[in-house]
Amino acid sequence: MSISYRRPGALIDKVTHYCPGCGHGIAHRLIAEVIDELDIRGRTIGMAPVGCAVVAYDYLDIDMCEAPHGRTPAVATGVKRALPESVVFSYQGDGDLAAIGTAEIIHAANRGENITVIFINNAVYGMTGGQMAPTTPEKVKTTTSPYGRCTETEGYPLKVAELLAGLDRVAYSVRVMMASPGDVRAVREALLKAFRCQMERRGFSIVEILSPCPTYWKLDPVEAFRHCAKEMTKVFPLGVYRDWEETGANQ
Amino acid sequence: MLRIVIDRKHCKGCGLCVAFCPKGALCMATSISPRGVNPAEVREEAACVGCLNCTVVCPDAAIEICELEAAD
Amino acid sequence: MPKKVLMTGNEAMAEGAIRAGCRHYYGYPITPQNEVPEYMSRRMPEVDGVFLQSESELAAISMVLGSAAAGKRTMTSSSSPGISLKQEGISYLAGSELPAVIANVQRGGPGLGDIGASQADYFQAVKGGGHGDYRMIVLAPDSVQEMADLTTLAFDLADRWRIPVMILADAQVGQMMEPVEWHEYRPPPDLAAKQWALTGASGRPRNIVRSFFLYPGLLEEHNLRLQRKYAEIASSQVRLEETGTDGADVVIVAYGSSARIARGLVSEGAEGGRLGLLRPVTLWPFPSRRIRELAERGKAFLVAEMSAGQMVEDVRLAVEGLTPVGFYGRMGGSMLTTEEMAREAARMLELVAGGAA
Repeated sequence: MSISYRRPGALIDKVTHYCPGCGHGIAHRLIAEVIDELDIRGRTIGMAPVGCAVVAYDYLDIDMCEAPHGRTPAVATGVKRALPESVVFSYQGDGDLAAIGTAEIIHAANRGENITVIFINNAVYGMTGGQMAPTTPEKVKTTTSPYGRCTETEGYPLKVAELLAGLDRVAYSVRVMMASPGDVRAVREALLKAFRCQMERRGFSIVEILSPCPTYWKLDPVEAFRHCAKEMTKVFPLGVYRDWEETGANQ
Repeated sequence: MLRIVIDRKHCKGCGLCVAFCPKGALCMATSISPRGVNPAEVREEAACVGCLNCTVVCPDAAIEICELEAAD
Repeated sequence: MPKKVLMTGNEAMAEGAIRAGCRHYYGYPITPQNEVPEYMSRRMPEVDGVFLQSESELAAISMVLGSAAAGKRTMTSSSSPGISLKQEGISYLAGSELPAVIANVQRGGPGLGDIGASQADYFQAVKGGGHGDYRMIVLAPDSVQEMADLTTLAFDLADRWRIPVMILADAQVGQMMEPVEWHEYRPPPDLAAKQWALTGASGRPRNIVRSFFLYPGLLEEHNLRLQRKYAEIASSQVRLEETGTDGADVVIVAYGSSARIARGLVSEGAEGGRLGLLRPVTLWPFPSRRIRELAERGKAFLVAEMSAGQMVEDVRLAVEGLTPVGFYGRMGGSMLTTEEMAREAARMLELVAGGAA
């Protein structure tokens, strides 16, 4: 067996604007790998969010649509309902999905919209300069929680994978992380399964990825990677929260 | 024999590949790339066992690995 | 002769959309336009179309954005407070140059207002209620027949110009019943295929639908291109109806329900034919040039609308002080009356006569 790795064909040969060690770059690459592996480049349509990944369409060599902040699952719904044979995914950060777009994500999930949501949870607003996110852990300092997130006034971090798993039309809800090569391989497997879920018309799938933000975590890239396992998982436990193959749901 | 190719255009010098290489085949360069960073570079290609960890963690898809045919 | 069908304006609009090939409707209930989603929920399954009651107006307009990006004829409808929520998506549709139809069956405002007929969303519709320099084509039906016909036209215009088109109706024209004559719809033969649409990049380079241009200069270039398009629309797409303006001393300018009341007055020959009516069918582009021509011929104007005076500003901009421009309006869901309009018209005629003397 020959050992080799090549840049995926669905990834454009362009240097990204992401900071060194940013999880977005890994997620983009994994999406491109999965599109190549499933051979679906010609029928995949992606939704770019507002957030650090706003120009995801600069890097993925597929048809893509921009969405207003948080409306990403609604735009994805409009595309998927128009083209049911296409493979539609929305790519969203924690501000887009878990703050301004909570209504859209919950209702897309509750309708069992046959789309795939890739949720990058790095617990901070990266694009706007490191403000508090709905997923920021307790006591963590950000530019808008300078004394640390206070749960009495700001609540606890929103646990999206668990929340959506409680909805009956959700086929697949999983939380994975980027903390080691093995963990990244698990992210890839989760993405593959989520796309397969859609292609088999099982319904709504979401992959929540604990993803490093070295810049606003103020950690070097390697420490940020390890921080996902050491700290983030305390708040956001990894796991498969809903799986149609286990429960027989949406068959 | 494995050939490791690091694209200095894409590499931002985050060091994840170096940290997660189990065999110490990679290191950070002391030279500055056109991007203005110290990119990763191959320290000892012969040490590579082809686990592909470096390609798996690379946020910039800057590393490609291929197996070279034996010369003889 | 085609059979006439009695229906409400809202239903006529929904059926007009379906006949124009709209197969993707997204909306959220709000009075006084609930007949539209209700009709769509019944009809769409019959034509293999999609009706989706969204979680909010924000979601509805975003779903419209998605289906429009996928190259389909798509629409949403709402009423004033709901249309305020849709401004986000409308700005994105305009910025991304996507064709879509948005209907506003206006009710009284501001805030939650009431559910009576109003025309107080004129500014929001024609001046751009969302952010950024953009325009929508705005069509103002004044009958149930026009609710059908202008909706069909709206889809053709939206596709031709890659622009969101608004049907600016009101509670009166939306909920009243009149006979509608249906004609077979034929799309304009010269409409270009939507090669920009997102269908999956199979056998072609990828397509991107976006309104975000971060690199210096690109956004200005994009805006200049949009403005050139708007200028072309402004010079070629004005639609209006005139009644008795030639012999008139005072021309009433009114649209939608208000134009019906004015038409009654003018066609009854009140004031011995000294009153005429100019009814803008397109509120943007506005018939400024025609109004200017009439002003240059010495005609004065009475602008009648159910607002504190919004369209009257555009009439004054067109007239530029050449002749008097009067205003008659009611607010808060109160309709204009023929008697009050006749009184205001008589006052304008006196003013004109006094000025000439």
